[in-house]
Amino acid sequence: MSETLNRYRVSTRRSAELALLIGAWLIGVFAWILVDSATGDSSLGGWTSLLSAGVLLLLTHAVVRWQAPYADPLLLPSVAALNMLGLAMIHRLDIAATERAVSNGSPMPTPDVYLQLTWMVVGLVAFMLVLAFVRDHRRLQRFTFTAGFAGIALLFFPLLPFIGSQINGARLWISVLGFTFQPGELAKVALTIFFSGFLVSRRHSLALVHNKILGVGIPRGKDVGPLLLVWFAALLVLILERDLGTSLLLFGLFIVMLYVATGRRSWVLIGALLLSVGGALAYRAFGHVRVRFDVWLDPFADANGAGFQIVQSLYGFANGGLFGTGWGKGYPQLVPFAKTDFITSALGEELGLMGLIAILLLFVIIVERGARAAVATRDPFGNLLAIGLTTVIGLQTFIVIGGVTRLVPLTGLTTPFLSYGGSSLVANYIIIALLIRISNAARAPEVSDADLVLRQDGSSHD
Amino acid sequence: MIRQINRVTSVIVLLLLALIINLSYIQVFKAGDLRSQASNQRVTLTEYSRERGPILLGSSAIVESTPTTDALKYLREYADGSTYASITGFYSVVYGATGIESEANDVLAGNDSRFFVDRLQQLFANREPKGGAIRLTIDPDTQAAAMKSLNGRTGAVVAIDPTTGAILALASSPSFDPNLLSSHDAQDIQNTYEELNADPKQPMLNRPLAMTLPPGSTFKLVTAAAALESGNYTAGSELPGPAQINLPGTDVQLGNWTGKACGAGNTTTLQGALEISCNTAFAWLGMELGANAISEQAKKFGFESEFDVPMTAAISRFPADLNKPQTAMSAIGQFDVRATALQMAMVAAGIANDGVVMKPYLISQVLGPDLTVLQNTNPSAFGRAMSVENSKILRDMMVGVVAKGTASNAKISGISVGGKTGTAENTPGEPAHAWFVGLAPSEQSKVAVAVVLQNGGGAAEVSGNALAAPIAAAVMRAALKK
Repeated sequence: MSETLNRYRVSTRRSAELALLIGAWLIGVFAWILVDSATGDSSLGGWTSLLSAGVLLLLTHAVVRWQAPYADPLLLPSVAALNMLGLAMIHRLDIAATERAVSNGSPMPTPDVYLQLTWMVVGLVAFMLVLAFVRDHRRLQRFTFTAGFAGIALLFFPLLPFIGSQINGARLWISVLGFTFQPGELAKVALTIFFSGFLVSRRHSLALVHNKILGVGIPRGKDVGPLLLVWFAALLVLILERDLGTSLLLFGLFIVMLYVATGRRSWVLIGALLLSVGGALAYRAFGHVRVRFDVWLDPFADANGAGFQIVQSLYGFANGGLFGTGWGKGYPQLVPFAKTDFITSALGEELGLMGLIAILLLFVIIVERGARAAVATRDPFGNLLAIGLTTVIGLQTFIVIGGVTRLVPLTGLTTPFLSYGGSSLVANYIIIALLIRISNAARAPEVSDADLVLRQDGSSHD
Repeated sequence: MIRQINRVTSVIVLLLLALIINLSYIQVFKAGDLRSQASNQRVTLTEYSRERGPILLGSSAIVESTPTTDALKYLREYADGSTYASITGFYSVVYGATGIESEANDVLAGNDSRFFVDRLQQLFANREPKGGAIRLTIDPDTQAAAMKSLNGRTGAVVAIDPTTGAILALASSPSFDPNLLSSHDAQDIQNTYEELNADPKQPMLNRPLAMTLPPGSTFKLVTAAAALESGNYTAGSELPGPAQINLPGTDVQLGNWTGKACGAGNTTTLQGALEISCNTAFAWLGMELGANAISEQAKKFGFESEFDVPMTAAISRFPADLNKPQTAMSAIGQFDVRATALQMAMVAAGIANDGVVMKPYLISQVLGPDLTVLQNTNPSAFGRAMSVENSKILRDMMVGVVAKGTASNAKISGISVGGKTGTAENTPGEPAHAWFVGLAPSEQSKVAVAVVLQNGGGAAEVSGNALAAPIAAAVMRAALKK
């Protein structure tokens, strides 16, 4: 009895979350101060931005405390720390851009950090709305096919005339009222919901072997059909939009979820096979895939051309070394797309290997905590959704950071919570909100509050 | 499903660990390699982001860094650049640094270990680190006089304070403007550099230190020193001085530049032979002393040794394993004897400083970023080349050369100047090199000087006096503030 009581009091861990959240905010504040003092920038805009970010994080914490009191206490502080570090680096790169404009005599660029801050607000509001409206994650299963359609539709948006917009050779964005948005980022959330819902209802029949081709069990068409349809549609769109990163991510996600749902390793083998065949075909069919692959093999062969981005990125990492140059003291602006795809390179230059290991450990914590929610929740849909969402964040981190460090070919994705980009930030906050919701369900005691009060009162009779 | 979730989680965590391993490889093991890549601008940008320290003459800077608004935050500026180019060198984005800019880079860039405390303070104050300063021994008037007298002709001048070895002037002509190579426009720099490099007059060659030429008759000072030091000769010793002598074992006749005998009855004195630069007497003397004695004497003046001033000077040579005719030719500074202007100035300086040769140096002080003196250069002796008495005798002989002999153009009114001219034929058919080495005032010398005009032209022995001596006179006057 008193065990239950203690568990109720200790296991919410909301105060720990609050303390960690303040710590995460302070990391960002110190980073910002260091940037300003190293670069001699003293614009007061920073303080209002930092304060509003802090207030908003506190508000988010309050909503978690109210809506999901048993939620995992590490998830929100971890992503907040990443978000704050990203803001500081974007601010730092804004200063570099301003300096360059001054020396070139070109017009002053608009700082990106305030827009990113606005997107942080949107992301946290989305986070709170998800917590408020999705009171029970199991209800999402009802929207399986809606989510599937929505996912495909979101992926298709950029191909539409008028609102679709092409940037740097990829058609991933929609442009409305001057705001650009990358609907593919939200699509990955919708498709994860679809995969989870669909696989939960069909996992047994998918696991049963009905036909064998060359010794490999193939499930019935009607079980696997809709899945493949959605998946192919997704890949087709991505090929048309030239978004290799999201293709790879969705492919990996699909394989992982099939494997988790069916427990059959053959899916992993089939996936690896499809990936190699698909990769080989794409290499032959598409020039841009070929360039990416060749640059991966030898970026220095064309260090000032196709290999420029990755070579500059490697120079940035090398300049950072073990401890980094310190905030504001490196040259991250020399790397193209330093605010978006290559923000890891910027962080690696100024914070060094030590800083990057800390950042990667934050991602390890997020993955581990997401997986813990996936294991602990009591319903199969929750299991699948949580591991799916966790995989999205973990895999995306691996694909993009692996790309900018030349571990894998560069495909182009945002680094979750760090990179400049509103859609990515909002989508990832929604993912964390769902994980928090699932972890809340997993960690909540099976007794209701009312129960507890009753038992507290009648404790003597036990 | 739980087992699969755990497996998937392990795989993702392993992938993230793979990132850490790969990053360790790039940022630690591969970093040096990547930093040294030619297309990596970061090393240059870091260097240029600091205020590099100035190079000072007395209290005024001849080189300093001024802030800019472009990506390279400081521009190196050389006041009167071409006058000092052979000393300062340049500091180029494309071609690196030369001269003092290169030799004293650790101090100027602020990397020197002596700045450890400063850098610590800068770190805590979060100030941009700033480089230290270098103060040179160069006397601006002497240097200017040297450059002005050379007037664009191909040659070199070195002036030394004989008592310390401090270099007062180190002039190379023709010169170049280091500002053009130290700008921030890579294309400009490259064009200028290629142009200078293609110039047959080699303006970027640091002649006083890098160019070795046969010293000609100026080397007779070394032979004379060897004779005095042998103890067998005095200034008044009689030497044979016919119009020409036969080099033993050959049918080569070595003659005097005048075509006449050096004295009545085909004899002269050591003093007389030096005054009129008598080839036959010195050739005979050389053979009498032997190659070893002359070689030893030359080494005591600094031949065959390396000097870092701090730029490393070319080693001056006195050839080994000489037969008699070669010894005779070497004794008058021909054959394979080669000397830099610096070396010949050191010969004069050794004679001037009562026989002690001081090590030549350019940097008098190393200063911190706030211009506090961190280190004074202590003059140090290279070694004793001759006795005090013999150096006095040789000085007086040199005074005679200027007063009554071949170096009349080196006279400075009111001061007893000692000197020796030289004309060296390098390649037959090409104009000779005109030399002059000198010291003043002879009683207590404050300056020793060597002047050489490469392929200066002029007829025979007169060119040293006609071309080089006036330059030396101007330089010595400037050094003595006359």
